[in-house]
Amino acid sequence: MNAVLPTRTAAFEARLKKRYAAERRFKALGLGAILFSVAVLALLLGSMMLNGIGGFKRAELTVTIDFGASGIVVDPSVLAQANAVQTLEALELPDIVALAARNSLGEDGAAQLNSQAWREAAQAIVADPTNLSREVTLDLAATEDLARALDGEGPPELVSLAERLASAGKLEENFDTGFLGRSDATDAQLVGIWGALKGSMLTMLITLACAFPVGVLAALYLEEYAPKNRWTDMIEVSINNLAAVPSIIFGLLGLAVFLTIFPSWRSAPLIGGLTLALMTMPVIVIAGRNAIKAVPPSIRDGALAIGASPVQVVFHHVLPLALPGILTGTIIGMARALGETAPLLMIGMRAFVATPPDNLTSPATVLPVQIFLWSDEIDRGFVERTSAAIIVLLLFLLVMNGLAIYLRNRFEKSW
Amino acid sequence: MSPAFLLLLAFGLGLAGWLAARARAFGFRRAQPDLRLLALPAYHGWYVALWIVIPAAMFILLWSVIAPQLVMQSVLAGPEAAALPAFGFQREAILAEARAVALGNAGAVFNPAARELVEPFRVAIGRMNMAGAAVTIAIAILTGTWAFLRLKPDFRARNRVERGVMVMLLLASLVAILTTLGIFVSLVFETVRFFGMVDPLSFLFGTTWSPDPMSSTEAVDTSRYGAIPLFWGTIYIGAIIAMIVAIPLGLMSAIYLTQYASPAWRKWLKPALEILAGIPTVVYGYFAALTVAPEIRDIALSIGITNASSESALAAGLVMGVMIIPFVSSMADDSIAAVPQAMRDGSLAMGATTSETIRRVLVPAALPGIVAGVMLAISRAIGETMIVVMAAGYAANLSANPLETMTTVTVQIVAMLTGEASFDHPATLSAFALGFVLFLVTLGLNIVALRVVKRFREAYE
Repeated sequence: MNAVLPTRTAAFEARLKKRYAAERRFKALGLGAILFSVAVLALLLGSMMLNGIGGFKRAELTVTIDFGASGIVVDPSVLAQANAVQTLEALELPDIVALAARNSLGEDGAAQLNSQAWREAAQAIVADPTNLSREVTLDLAATEDLARALDGEGPPELVSLAERLASAGKLEENFDTGFLGRSDATDAQLVGIWGALKGSMLTMLITLACAFPVGVLAALYLEEYAPKNRWTDMIEVSINNLAAVPSIIFGLLGLAVFLTIFPSWRSAPLIGGLTLALMTMPVIVIAGRNAIKAVPPSIRDGALAIGASPVQVVFHHVLPLALPGILTGTIIGMARALGETAPLLMIGMRAFVATPPDNLTSPATVLPVQIFLWSDEIDRGFVERTSAAIIVLLLFLLVMNGLAIYLRNRFEKSW
Repeated sequence: MSPAFLLLLAFGLGLAGWLAARARAFGFRRAQPDLRLLALPAYHGWYVALWIVIPAAMFILLWSVIAPQLVMQSVLAGPEAAALPAFGFQREAILAEARAVALGNAGAVFNPAARELVEPFRVAIGRMNMAGAAVTIAIAILTGTWAFLRLKPDFRARNRVERGVMVMLLLASLVAILTTLGIFVSLVFETVRFFGMVDPLSFLFGTTWSPDPMSSTEAVDTSRYGAIPLFWGTIYIGAIIAMIVAIPLGLMSAIYLTQYASPAWRKWLKPALEILAGIPTVVYGYFAALTVAPEIRDIALSIGITNASSESALAAGLVMGVMIIPFVSSMADDSIAAVPQAMRDGSLAMGATTSETIRRVLVPAALPGIVAGVMLAISRAIGETMIVVMAAGYAANLSANPLETMTTVTVQIVAMLTGEASFDHPATLSAFALGFVLFLVTLGLNIVALRVVKRFREAYE
C-alpha cells in the first residue's frame, strides 16, 4: 500500500499562489478592458462638451440704435411680408446700423461688427415693429476675428481692443439663442443648425413612413404565413445580408437608382429618406420577427378556436401584442438612420444649403452631414460650432434610445 | 398639385367608398333581417376602399415619374423654347431655373433667357396637375363603382380583403429581395462600364491609385487605377489596427461582464458599452480627427519621428477599434453564454480557478462563435466610412507605417463621387467598381460567419 502523500506540499502551495495571482491578474485585465472603453467614452463626451459649450455662445457687441431718429418709416403691413428684410436693406438699414455702431463702439470697434449684423437688427424690427419708433439696444454678432481676440488669440491690437470693449461692457460672450434657429453660413458667427435639423426631421419622416409599414408587414409574413420553400429562404437570406451591408453601398444604390429616376431631386429629403429606409427596413424586420416570435402560440390557438380567420388572428391579436417590441426595434433603427452620414453624401447632401428645406423635394442637409461639413472648415469658430451640433445630435439620439428603453420596460410582457 | 395632395385625394375617396359600402351592407341587413351576410359590413367597406385607393395610388406613383417629363416635352415643343442653346449645361440650367420659378421654389429669375420660359412652364405644370387630378378621380370612381356594384348579401368580402392583405404582405417581404437585386444590378452595371474603360487586371493588381477626374474620357490612363493601395489601406486600418484594439478589449470586456462583474456593476457597465455602440460614426470621425490624431502626431514627434502627419492610419484605426469593441463584446458574450453550463461546472469541480476555466474551457469551446463575431466585426470595419474619411486622409500610400496617411476603399468612393468628374468618367465609375468589391467581400464574410455561428449553435443543442 502506498502511503498517503501530504497534498499541501511546499511546491503545491507555491503553485497555488501563482495560480491565484494569475486569477487576479486575469480579472484585473478584464476590468481594465471595460474601464478603458468607459474612459474613452468619457473622453469623447467630455471633449465634445468642453468644445460644445463654447459653440452655443458667441461674441456679441452691444449697439444702441435710435431707430426713431433714423428716419426709417415703414408700414407695419410691409414688415409682415416675406421680403421684409430686403425692404429694410433698401431703406439703408445697414448704413444706419453701421453709423450707430460707430457711435456706440468707436471707429475701430464698429469695424469689428459682423458685416451681416444688420440682418439681426432687421429681424428685431420685424419681430416688433414698434422698435422703429424708439431707441433700442441690441446685441449684434461680432466678427470672427474679434471673437477669437476675446479668447486671447490673434493680433495684439485686436486683443487689446477686445479687452477694452469687454471691460466697457460692450463686448460679451452671450448664449447664442439663434444657433437653433439659423441655417448654414460661411461665417462661424452666423451659422445655425435649424436647416440641418429640419432636413433631418423631413428625411426621418420619409424613412419612417416607408420602412415601418414595409418592415412590419414583411416580418408578419415571414413569421406567420411564409411557407417553407426556396423563396422564403431567399427572402430571409437577403434580409440578413442587407442588415450587414455597409451603409455606403446603400448610398451607391440611391445614387444609381433613385437619382437616375428623379435627377432633379438631388440632395432632397425624399431621396435621402428612401435610401435610409432601405437601410432601416431589415433592422425593423429582424426586431419585428423577434417580437412576433415572443407572442405565445396559445394566443393564436385561442383566437383560431373561436373562429377568427388567420388574418384576423394576426391583425387583431398577434400584432397588438408584438407592437411594443416592434416599436422598440423601429426606434433603434431610426436612431441609427439619424446618425448616418455616408449614404447621404452619395446622393448629394453635401452642398452648401443656406435655407431650411421648404418641402420634401427641395435641397437639404441633415445634422450628421452638417457636422461633417463643418468639421472640414479650418476656422477656429467652427470647431466649437461642430461640437455644439454634435451635442444636439447626441441629445436627439439619447431621447430616442431612452424612449426605446422606456417602451421596452413599460410594455414588455413575459408570458 | 403635388403627389402628396393626389394621395390625400385618393385616401379621401377611399374613405368615402368605405363609408358608402358599409352603409350598403347595413342596408342589406335592414332589407332582409333574417338573411345573414357572409361578411361583416366593415369588410364590405374595406373591399371597396382597397379597390379605390390601390389603383389610384399606383397611378399617382407612375404619374409623379412621368409628369415632369411631359411638362418638359410640352415646354420644349412651344415657340419660346426655340431660342434655347441647343445642348449642354447652359440649356439645362436655364430650364431648371425657369421650372423652379414656375413651381414657386425660387423667388426670381436671374437668367433673362429663363424668364421667357417661366410662363410656358407654369401653363404646362398647371395643365399636368389638372390632368393628374382628373385621371386620379376617374380611376378611383371607375374602380370604386365596379367594386361597389359587386357587393351583395352573399358576397364573401372578407375573403377578398384578406387575399388582398396577403398579397400586400408578400409584396412587402419581396422589397428585401428587390433591394438586394437592385444593389447587385446597379453595381454590376456600372462596374462593367468601368471595366470597359479600365482593364480589370490592372484595377485589381495595379499599385498606383491617382485617378484624374479632369482627364479626357477618350484616352484613359489605365495605370492610374490600381486599387492595391486602397485594399491595403482598408485591410491595414480595418482588419489589422482596429482589430488589434477591438479583439482583446472586446473579448476581455465580455468575459469580465459575464463571468466576474457583480450585477450592480454590470447594470452600469453594460449600458456604457451600449452607448459606445450608439454613437454616430461621424462623431467618432470628428473625435479621431480633432483629438486623437493631433495627440498621436505630438507623441510621434516627441519620440523623434519627424515625418508624422496629422492624418494617420493609426488614429483612424484606433478609433475604429474603439467603435467595434461593443460589437465584438456582444458577439463574444453570446457565444460564451451558449457554452453548456455542465462544461463550466465540470472544470470548476476539477479544481480549476475561474480564469483557468475561462481560458481552457469556455473560450476554446466558444471559439467558433468568437471567430465568426470577429469576421462580422471586420466586415463592419472595412465598410465603415466616416471615421476614415475624416481621419485617415485621401492620399493612397502603400506603406506599413501606421503614422502615414492612408486611404481606404470607402474613402475613395466618397472622394470619387463627390468630386467634379462627370457621371460617365472612369473616375466616377471606379467608385462603383470599388463598391462592388466591398459588397462582395462583406457579403462573403457575413455568409461564412453566419454559417459558422449556425453550425456552432447546433453543436451544443
